[in-house]
Amino acid sequence: MSEYKSLGLKVGLEVHQQINTPIKLFCECPTSLEEDNQAMIERYLKPVVSELGQVDVAAFFEWEKGKKIVYEVPGRSSCLVECDEEPPHPINIDAIKLGLAMTLAFNGEPIDEIFVMRKTVIDGSNTSGFQRTAIVGLGGHIKDIEGEISIQTIAIEEDAGRKLEDAPEYVKYNLDRLGIPLIEISTGPDIRSPEQAKRVALTIGQMLRLTGKVKRGLGTIRQDLNVSINGGVKTEIKGVQELDLIPKIIENEAKRQVELLKIKDELNSRITKEEFVRRALEMDLTKLFISSKSRLVQSELRKGGKVMGVLAPGFKGILGRQLMPNRRFGTEISDYVKALAGLGGIFHSDELPNYGITEEEVRDVEKELGLKENDGFVIVVGPEERIRKALQVIKDRLAQAFDGVPKETRSANEDGTSKFMRPQPGSARMYPETDVPSILSRELLDEAKKIMPPTPEEKLKILMSIGLNEELAKQILNSPRLDFFETLVQKYSNVPPTVIATTLENTLKYVKSQGGNVDKISDEDIETLIASLSEGSISKDSLSQILLEYCAPNSSSDLKSIISKYTTMSDEEIVKIVKEVIVRYREEVKEKREKAFSLLMGRVMEKVRGKAEGKKVAEIIRQVMKEELG
Amino acid sequence: MLEGYRGRALHVLASINADVGDVIELNSDKVHLRGILMPSYSKDDSIVVLKLDNGYNVGFSVDKVKVSLVERSSKKEPEKTESNKPGKVKIISTGGTIVSKVEYETGAVRPALTTEEIIKFVPEIQDITSISANVLFSILSENMNPKFWVKIAESVKRAFEEGSEGVVVAHGTDTMSYTASALAFSLNVLPGPVVLVGSQRSSDRPSSDSGINLVSSVLLANQAPFGEVVVNMHGESSDTYTLAHRGVKVRKMHTSRRDAFQSVNDLPLAKVIWKEKLVKLLRTDYRRKSDHIEMNAKFDERVFLLKFYPGLKPDIVELLLSAGYKGIIVEGTGLGHTSSEFQEAFRKATKEGVFVGMTSQCLFGRVNMNVYQTGRILQQAGVIPLGDMLPEVALVKLMWVLGQTDDLEQITKIMLKNVVGEYNPRHLLDHFPRWKHE
Repeated sequence: MSEYKSLGLKVGLEVHQQINTPIKLFCECPTSLEEDNQAMIERYLKPVVSELGQVDVAAFFEWEKGKKIVYEVPGRSSCLVECDEEPPHPINIDAIKLGLAMTLAFNGEPIDEIFVMRKTVIDGSNTSGFQRTAIVGLGGHIKDIEGEISIQTIAIEEDAGRKLEDAPEYVKYNLDRLGIPLIEISTGPDIRSPEQAKRVALTIGQMLRLTGKVKRGLGTIRQDLNVSINGGVKTEIKGVQELDLIPKIIENEAKRQVELLKIKDELNSRITKEEFVRRALEMDLTKLFISSKSRLVQSELRKGGKVMGVLAPGFKGILGRQLMPNRRFGTEISDYVKALAGLGGIFHSDELPNYGITEEEVRDVEKELGLKENDGFVIVVGPEERIRKALQVIKDRLAQAFDGVPKETRSANEDGTSKFMRPQPGSARMYPETDVPSILSRELLDEAKKIMPPTPEEKLKILMSIGLNEELAKQILNSPRLDFFETLVQKYSNVPPTVIATTLENTLKYVKSQGGNVDKISDEDIETLIASLSEGSISKDSLSQILLEYCAPNSSSDLKSIISKYTTMSDEEIVKIVKEVIVRYREEVKEKREKAFSLLMGRVMEKVRGKAEGKKVAEIIRQVMKEELG
Repeated sequence: MLEGYRGRALHVLASINADVGDVIELNSDKVHLRGILMPSYSKDDSIVVLKLDNGYNVGFSVDKVKVSLVERSSKKEPEKTESNKPGKVKIISTGGTIVSKVEYETGAVRPALTTEEIIKFVPEIQDITSISANVLFSILSENMNPKFWVKIAESVKRAFEEGSEGVVVAHGTDTMSYTASALAFSLNVLPGPVVLVGSQRSSDRPSSDSGINLVSSVLLANQAPFGEVVVNMHGESSDTYTLAHRGVKVRKMHTSRRDAFQSVNDLPLAKVIWKEKLVKLLRTDYRRKSDHIEMNAKFDERVFLLKFYPGLKPDIVELLLSAGYKGIIVEGTGLGHTSSEFQEAFRKATKEGVFVGMTSQCLFGRVNMNVYQTGRILQQAGVIPLGDMLPEVALVKLMWVLGQTDDLEQITKIMLKNVVGEYNPRHLLDHFPRWKHE
């Protein structure tokens, strides 16, 4: 931890969680994801003329301009509002109430009059070109063992469309997710260590779950991280879905900023930025590669493409410098080119010769570009128009290296690294959503108080009071299925809560440990089992057997038919089996008398396992033995 | 000016001499905020609205927070310049939000209508032809009236006389088809296309249809071979093409969709594929360009559009007569009916020289008052069947006709004459939309 203290690590967290209301935030569509596509629409988004002249947003537009956006329009979970063909309906008040409840739970201040704003988002994920968002509360804090973390804002906003495809000529979304209500909780930049960030995310996630009003499952919660170190820049990292990845992403980002600052010092000790800009010339190098062995080069040339290069004065050894595991400075450049110029392949001097490009070709390039000591170069292959754009992007990014860490929004990768997504948009890209009336919060506060989450300590007590032991109660408290547990307990009151909790927490883990494919088990499946228990048609001992069979790698049986196999036997049936066994082992029984019990028990259980409880079987064996042996 | 503020909030803001746009601070035990003072239209008169640094607006009650002024606004009124050089296509703006820009600071939407601003908004226009623009007035579509129609007609005429070869009229969408009819009758001999255009999503949003509609309209005004008034709007929900509908056969058929405008009892004249800069003619029977322009823009507003419904009493007609109305367009049921009770009232009206014309509330199809007896009786009372003319078009036409003559025989004659294609004598099977039912 002291390592991060000396780096001056500062992290802020934004937690986005889908709210489980029956309808969306601005229309009456259900909040379920259903891909029953009825139509496709094609649209283009256009920058809105701003009087403040935002350069960053403009830069973003630069590459999106002209890009077609295709929407799949599902019939059950979207309507004209999602198609941007009808104004939004008044905001879903239940979502606002949850925002207010969380504000109160953080001990923050509810906003008296809540305004819905339009936040410009022109990547196509919103058909309108903006995301509707409203701050409902400010301030407050949560406790953490490393110190208090302040809450900055609590906002209610609409989720974006679901991206399906990002091709060079178009980007495609499905509209089912668009408009699902989200609550966004932003902390202050008070987090000081990677582990603390994970804990804070867990705490916020748990508080949200304790309201019982949020969705669960893949993609329903997303974390964004704002990370900076001394001398670095606040970098936004978007879309972290797994809590366990948070520390690694922060560590890697801190590392990246440290390395970029080192690179800055090194470059400035070699040449000035002005000298770099003056000497960074572009050149058409196609003629040097006419008979290249590189497959990429050949295929692009055949399509009429070109090979062009840019001299990178002062960059020798730096292009290949590692910033994060498996990501070099050259990778950053390549990501910029992909995102801003829509071009795949770049090669740089620190990685060549390689990829079919020979030493001789490298020497020719060096000669052509006039490389001096300490210089590097970058080569781009593709259609000329894109290459020209790419070369500009490369020169800009290289020049930025003289200043340190650029301001950017990155997206999280699954391995804990991150990559460039877009320049950071300015904060002034918001204006009022005039189609939606504002909301006075005063009248909603009483109801908000009623849905405030209890503290984890309070909830633990409640769970233990209904019969869970402390360990199981803690497991349920931290479980994403907490609300499901409560639903089942309420609905099947004759099933002991401990049985339900054990099924959710331990039985599933056991099935997984035995190689069962637990992804197959849906909430409905679990409910079917608990309902069967409640009716008395199966015994609790058979639960793990049923699930194991259901989740076996090659199993194709449906749950209902497996359940029927395990349907509890009546006493008469058990008596019949016990009698049969006694007949078969008559000699032993006669000889051993009462001592034959364990033998019989073993044999009978072989036949009735999963269909009768051991206690019951033992009782019946004793009784039958008594009768038979007198 | 403390726009929208009243009551307690106004009192507090006035006492510290704050104005909308100033930087103010709100403080309480828990709240410490700085931001720009915004206008308020709250139901609660104690609320002060602030724009925070992060762009969000929030409202707090002066009962809870202390308000203090930090810094005066430095905002200046934007300069307005207008180019006088005539372009090949003239864009006349009458209002609506087809070209406007948003001021992020206050959220206000302002019309951006100098030639330079339009070109900045849709730079693609420069590749089509030269344009010039002027703001005739800036009124909401619903506040449009026949006096404004005359001004627009005059402005269109002037544009052609100054050398423009096509004219685009930017207009709010709600009453755009009325204005289109008014222009079509007033300017029934035209040397080039007059294209009315609007937007269903205002231009202050990235998803606005205004850019494509405007570019397509300039394309039409520049390339179309007709001398007609048309309405050019999105052809489908996608941003793929627009359709040019004949101004006297078009109707806004949806409150909010981009493709709300539809030809009724008619097919569109042309399709504009903006990406390919292509104007595709869908018909050959358009009115050709003339070598001159004729204007006859006079409207008598004493015309009433009477929608019949079960239970409507004929005394309404008496009221109209006593109020001095000179014409009534009836939007009757089915083939053109009202209850037979109306017979006497209409007879009285026509005897007094008031024109009574029949259209249908079905909108699709034409009236035929010979099929049922009620129709025949109404005709005997002097009611004139107006074929497949849309009720609003008949209304505008009657205002225009009454602007020229008050002789009932003359009025009837012109009302029945097909002046600019307001009648379509041939209806085909595909002149009616069908809904998916399976």
